[in-house]
Amino acid sequence: MADILSILLSDSFWAAALRIATPLIFGVLGALLCERSGVLNLGIEGIFVAGAMTGWLAVWMGAPLWLGVLAAALAGAGFGLIHAILTVPLGLSQHVSGLGVTMLATSVAYFTYRTALPDVTSPPRITPFQPLDIPLLSDLPFVGPVLFQQTALTWLALGCVFLVWYVLNRMSLGVALRAVGDNPDAVDAQGLSVYGLRIGAVMAGSALMALGGAFLTMSAFDAFFFGMVNGRGWICIALVIFASWRPGKALLGALLFGAFDAFQVRLQTEVGAMVPGQVFLMAPYILSIIALVVAARGADYPRALLTPWFKGQR
Amino acid sequence: MSAPVLELSGLSKRFGAVQANADVDLSLGRGEVLALLGENGAGKTTLMNMLFGHYLPDAGHIRVDDGQGLRDLPLGHPQAALSAGIGMVHQHFTLAENLSALDNILLGVGSLLSRRKRGGAARAHVEDVMARSGLQVALDTRVSRLTVGERQRVEILKALVRNTRILVLDEPTAVLTPQEADSLFANLHQLAVDGLSVIFISHKLREVLAFSDRIAVLRHGRKVGEIATAEADERRIARLMVGAEAPQVERAPMDPGAPVLELSGIRCEAASARDRLSDVSLTVHAREIVGIAGVSGNGQAALAAVISGLRAPDAGEIRVGGALPARHTPAALIRAGVGRIPEDRHHDGVVGSMSVAENLILERLDGPDVQRRGFLRRRQIDAAAIAAVEEFDIRGPGPDAPVRLLSGGNMQKMILARVFRAAPKLILANQPTRGLDLGAAAEVGRRLVAACGDGAGVLLISEDLDELIALSDRILVMVDGRLTEAPRRDRTEIGLMMAGAAA
Repeated sequence: MADILSILLSDSFWAAALRIATPLIFGVLGALLCERSGVLNLGIEGIFVAGAMTGWLAVWMGAPLWLGVLAAALAGAGFGLIHAILTVPLGLSQHVSGLGVTMLATSVAYFTYRTALPDVTSPPRITPFQPLDIPLLSDLPFVGPVLFQQTALTWLALGCVFLVWYVLNRMSLGVALRAVGDNPDAVDAQGLSVYGLRIGAVMAGSALMALGGAFLTMSAFDAFFFGMVNGRGWICIALVIFASWRPGKALLGALLFGAFDAFQVRLQTEVGAMVPGQVFLMAPYILSIIALVVAARGADYPRALLTPWFKGQR
Repeated sequence: MSAPVLELSGLSKRFGAVQANADVDLSLGRGEVLALLGENGAGKTTLMNMLFGHYLPDAGHIRVDDGQGLRDLPLGHPQAALSAGIGMVHQHFTLAENLSALDNILLGVGSLLSRRKRGGAARAHVEDVMARSGLQVALDTRVSRLTVGERQRVEILKALVRNTRILVLDEPTAVLTPQEADSLFANLHQLAVDGLSVIFISHKLREVLAFSDRIAVLRHGRKVGEIATAEADERRIARLMVGAEAPQVERAPMDPGAPVLELSGIRCEAASARDRLSDVSLTVHAREIVGIAGVSGNGQAALAAVISGLRAPDAGEIRVGGALPARHTPAALIRAGVGRIPEDRHHDGVVGSMSVAENLILERLDGPDVQRRGFLRRRQIDAAAIAAVEEFDIRGPGPDAPVRLLSGGNMQKMILARVFRAAPKLILANQPTRGLDLGAAAEVGRRLVAACGDGAGVLLISEDLDELIALSDRILVMVDGRLTEAPRRDRTEIGLMMAGAAA
């Protein structure tokens, strides 16, 4: 018991939780934006891979880090555009199109990687984002290491939480986005473009998802390797429901998952001898499912989610 | 009439085989309340959707006063109609339920990149409009928590805050209680006094007479009359609405046989009037066609659901061929001898992706000619399908083609073939000719009469009075979930009863 408590009170545990949560924050915000407009984006897993690869490749080829981040976001927006065209004006099944985009984006990313680096066996490294060592603040006890020794991308993720919240709740655009996810006819009747809003939301959301991927290769690690996204995209899809499509709760959900994950690593080193390691690997997912069951009951789905809308049909 | 603010001239629209509107002229004065009256399918909603730019007319012009005289309105663009000052309140509300009333009202006002308007000038403007119009709503309440009447006020406010000068309301009172309807019209009257021009669609004679300045009547897509309300009376409007021409074919009456369907004291409780039945009793005999007239949404759907076994009544008794069905399920009622021609043939009548042959056996999958020990007897099924296609003249790619490829008329013939092959005691025909062209509709009528001659009883639910008068032996009128026998086969009389006036 004392072991567990000492884990929960250590600053390195909370720093790790926030670090693990960062890609999830990007992903869950992106998925939330898409779904608020009425489009489920199961392309998320592949867009993570594409973002991770693009950002890393740009930097490896000599671009500055922030240009790599931009390249990743653009790649994400591009795959988002494919998904949006298929599901919004063409009205195809959002599930099928999303899974298709995941497979496409993953394959394109691996293919590009292999084409650019045909002969390497061990993944080449780049110099990733370094922890922002903010004078004074970084030296604060507990808060310093947890908050102020993270990389710039973690701060970008936290900024995006505020940005998405601000757009959704404080701007006319956000009101229109929420309306189009509830009743596209309401938006159409006011002379706004249902297609424009949805395509825009899916592209912006996909760009955020790609940033989640870019964090993996440009901050958490310094190389791109196969299978590194490892289901993080799917976790985000579940976390959106946990978050009831609210940015603030999305941050909470991502942090909770990050904490579970960081906790299991530490617990493993403490009591690893008694319990097989796989149990610990399962723990965050099982706890997520439990959290989801508790939080998602009576979830207030965007009413138009998954429903295509066609101009001139009412 | 004061100077016109709106002129429609020669508007026509055709959907496939159906001429929804033909050469309609209409004009509207400033501050005038015009009622657009007509039966279902008369083309009222289509006309208004053309005005608002949802549909592109096949022919005709719309001219709107933009302050400096009448100008042509670009057709087919809702945005153009909005900026010309035309506001429309649809029958089905276009509200986002996850937003507050205020957010809905201000949706799309101003730039999307501006701050969300929640206070200050925008809110003051909405409150001012509320005060002037008398339409009060709690602005900060989510629409999902508002009542139907409040939601409608939000819809109207949505139009008014955009400086609408012409307001179109599609059946505004269909969902309101009588009290809500009265207060709505009082508010509209006030707005008209202040200069708003209003067009409202209705088929309720009472409110049309009480609240309009002028009445235009549509029938079969054409404007058949226009009267100042002051000179109108119920009888005259009803005659315009349902037409005055003589019924086409009088059917030789046959000797009715034993009762095949007896409903006694059927009652269904429901929140909305369209699903409610109060104390419905009805007998259909063999070799008899009984027609049910009425404006749709008065309980016909509930009656059809009870007779086809989809819904168990809360009280009352149903007998088919003199016997109580074992259970009140569709399967039991089919076995008892009910053949169904459903109202929405695409949705309830066929499985579009399955072939004609497969659809023909859907109601009798356990028949000995369909299966043996659970295995389909393909050869028999195909032979029967070919025979049915021949006999009922089902035109299309063939018995193996998916049903969704058939036209509406041929799909209906396929359903008739399925019903008649089971030799039902009672045929429930719910709007059997809706959406069909004249030839196909006449064919359906002939088949029903023929089945009747073979000893079946037919319950024909229809909104088309011509059809009912031509085919039925007796006509009952359904209003508000109640059935009343029409004393005479007199279209004016029936029209009055349909509109809820005492016969």
